[in-house]
Amino acid sequence: MSDNAVASSGSTAGTSPAEDEVLAELTAPVPEVGDGGPEMIQLLTPEGQRVENTEYDEYVKDLTDEDLRGFYRDLVLIRRVDAEATALQRQGELGIWASLLGQEAAQVGSGRAMRPQDYAFPTYREHGVAWCRGVNPLNLLGLFRGVNHGGWDPNEKNFHLYTIVIGAQTLHATGYAMGIQRDGDVGTGDADRDAAVIAYFGDGATAQGDVNESFVYAAVNNAPVVFFCQNNQWAISEPNERQTRIPLYQRARGFGFPGVRVDGNDVLAVYAVTQQALNAARSGNGPTFIEAYTYRMGAHTTSDDPTKYRVSAEVEVWKHRDPIERLKSYLVHTQKADQAFFDALEKEGDELAVAVREGCLSMPDPTPDSMFDHIYVEEHPVVEAERKEFAAYHAGFEGEGSH
Amino acid sequence: MGSMTIAKGINNGLRAAMERDPKVVLMGEDIGKLGGVFRVTDGLQKDFGEDRVIDTPLAEAGIVGTAIGMALRGYRPVVEIQFDGFIYPAFDHIVSQVAKMRARSLGKIKLPMVIRIPVGGGIGAVEHHSESNEAYFAHTAGLKVVCCSNAEDAYWMIQQAIESDDPVLFYEPKRRYWDKGEVDESAAPRPLLKAQVCREGTDLTLVAYGPMVKTCLQAAEAAAAEGKNLEVIDLRTLSPLDLDTVAASVEKTGRTVIVHEASTFLGMGAEIAAALQQRCFYHLEAPVLRVGGYNLPYPPSKLEEEFLPDLDRVLDAVDRSLAF
Ligand SMILES: Cc1ncc(C[n+]2csc(CCOP(=O)(O)OP(=O)(O)O)c2C)c(N)n1
Ligand SMILES: [Mg+2]
Repeated sequence: MSDNAVASSGSTAGTSPAEDEVLAELTAPVPEVGDGGPEMIQLLTPEGQRVENTEYDEYVKDLTDEDLRGFYRDLVLIRRVDAEATALQRQGELGIWASLLGQEAAQVGSGRAMRPQDYAFPTYREHGVAWCRGVNPLNLLGLFRGVNHGGWDPNEKNFHLYTIVIGAQTLHATGYAMGIQRDGDVGTGDADRDAAVIAYFGDGATAQGDVNESFVYAAVNNAPVVFFCQNNQWAISEPNERQTRIPLYQRARGFGFPGVRVDGNDVLAVYAVTQQALNAARSGNGPTFIEAYTYRMGAHTTSDDPTKYRVSAEVEVWKHRDPIERLKSYLVHTQKADQAFFDALEKEGDELAVAVREGCLSMPDPTPDSMFDHIYVEEHPVVEAERKEFAAYHAGFEGEGSH
Repeated sequence: MGSMTIAKGINNGLRAAMERDPKVVLMGEDIGKLGGVFRVTDGLQKDFGEDRVIDTPLAEAGIVGTAIGMALRGYRPVVEIQFDGFIYPAFDHIVSQVAKMRARSLGKIKLPMVIRIPVGGGIGAVEHHSESNEAYFAHTAGLKVVCCSNAEDAYWMIQQAIESDDPVLFYEPKRRYWDKGEVDESAAPRPLLKAQVCREGTDLTLVAYGPMVKTCLQAAEAAAAEGKNLEVIDLRTLSPLDLDTVAASVEKTGRTVIVHEASTFLGMGAEIAAALQQRCFYHLEAPVLRVGGYNLPYPPSKLEEEFLPDLDRVLDAVDRSLAF
């Protein structure tokens, strides 16, 4: 994943910038910050005004006020979990954390568009999708705390393990979709049976060979897979221009399937666009590429120091496009939620944060010999021999009081 | 002469090579403004420009594949792979193209490129960030594989690797990046493809490279307190191996323990042990022992200290050898 490993290796990253750096920052020209352009699908403006859209309105027209409050609750709670995880990392309880700050709507909108039988293949940042799939946030922490490599059962919630090697999961998602297709679980018209897959990845990942190959495989197989790219404008320190010279959604056309850009900070629009794409996939109409245009509000990970490569003026522009604020303002001015709702949610968030913290702190360390477990399905002589050797070696220390 | 970290040693070495030869270009993810996630290329893009310090798209096959093309055009690309676990997308280019092109052209072309890889564990990272994959490449004919263990070597070896007309995989011990050492920038460097005896001793030879050299020096220090006199060899080059230096030492001490982070199964230690039993059979007083990672996927970071060789495991092997 990420890692700006400098901080964890003891360098000075993260200390306050020198005076000349501060001055350079103040005098630097404000960069041009893209707004997604006229083709970007948006149903809620940053101010929370509902924009009509003849193509996509139908996908949100049946949403009840309760559904909308549910989206809001998801956004708020996952941000709370994320903030708590960041704090836990700062306190040394996690080795590293990849924050989703700013990308909540992209994840909740797409996650809520899925049906139980659909399957998600995430990167390492899809905490909001995990939340929507019902994965316990504590499961996510294990990998970042270093007690396991993920360890949850992907088939329990149809949410695959986090994948750190950039882009690899897009091929796995495509293959999984090919399996669904061969099982005949596409295009039957049975809403509880037809299934699709979502492959999540970032803007940087679009450069990888694996990702481009997955587009080819999905296209020629007409596989029921939705490629969901969160374009958060940055791949660690590299901006979009280092990965592409065409808006990402337009790439899909060259591979032979539709591409759409959606305002990734607008949960309604993301929900609508993903519904449409998943419906197409489930009914046998093949893949869609969704580019959720959003922004990584924080550092790449807790080890990263973004002041090295981007100016805060850019972050300021995106603050005004916050996914939570816009839905809140919509809920308030349409009177779909009252103060009691917001108050109760805040309390729920606090309780969740406490649960996450306590759950993290009480997570047992793995026992040393557990590293020999689960390597193979069948018993393996080398593993067993080394397991014994390991035990004998440690037995040699017993009684020494050291160790 | 000055004290600097290994990271800074490589940085200074890259700078010196770039100043000397305008054909030296750096390629990699986040190596420009950010200076790489370990800051090894810090400041180089600012001083040499974006044409010579290239922030590449996020695609390792692309990085190595295009570096091959640059080399064919007369450049000396120095590629940074962000972490050891991310070399694999480029594996095909390295093994099928980089390693073989010289022979395929019957010697008409050369590929003077360097592939820099931060290697090994011990930094508490998540998966794919702590791998030791040097043996894959040492196993591949047509590649040279070296690994520095200290700031002085970092400074010189990177320059020598760049000057080499053959492709070189250059491993950097990431958990030692911030270890300081003296670097004499005016002294004559040691040859790139020679091992170094970094502590002389008579009772047993510890053979290591990269991050484990420090561990072995500490082990030798601890053993000395108990009256055991260990010799420590820093291999520095893994392909070709400088077996002459190792064999000469083992002929003197009669005992050896080979230490590396990588799994022992088909690791560098296996090759060295095989060679030593052929070359030094009558000098050996004990079987050649190996201390390495277990033959497992690199474990979650909470377990990495159990997985990695440490002082105790090295000393345990030393005791077993001496007791034989
Ligand atoms: C194959 C591979 N190469 C390099 C890395 C190191 N790395 C981790 S995240 C990252 C940037 C990813 O950017 P993007 O795809 O935009 O996703 P984001 O992190 O912005 O969500 C890099 C280079 C990796 N994890 N895998
Ligand atoms: Mg990104």
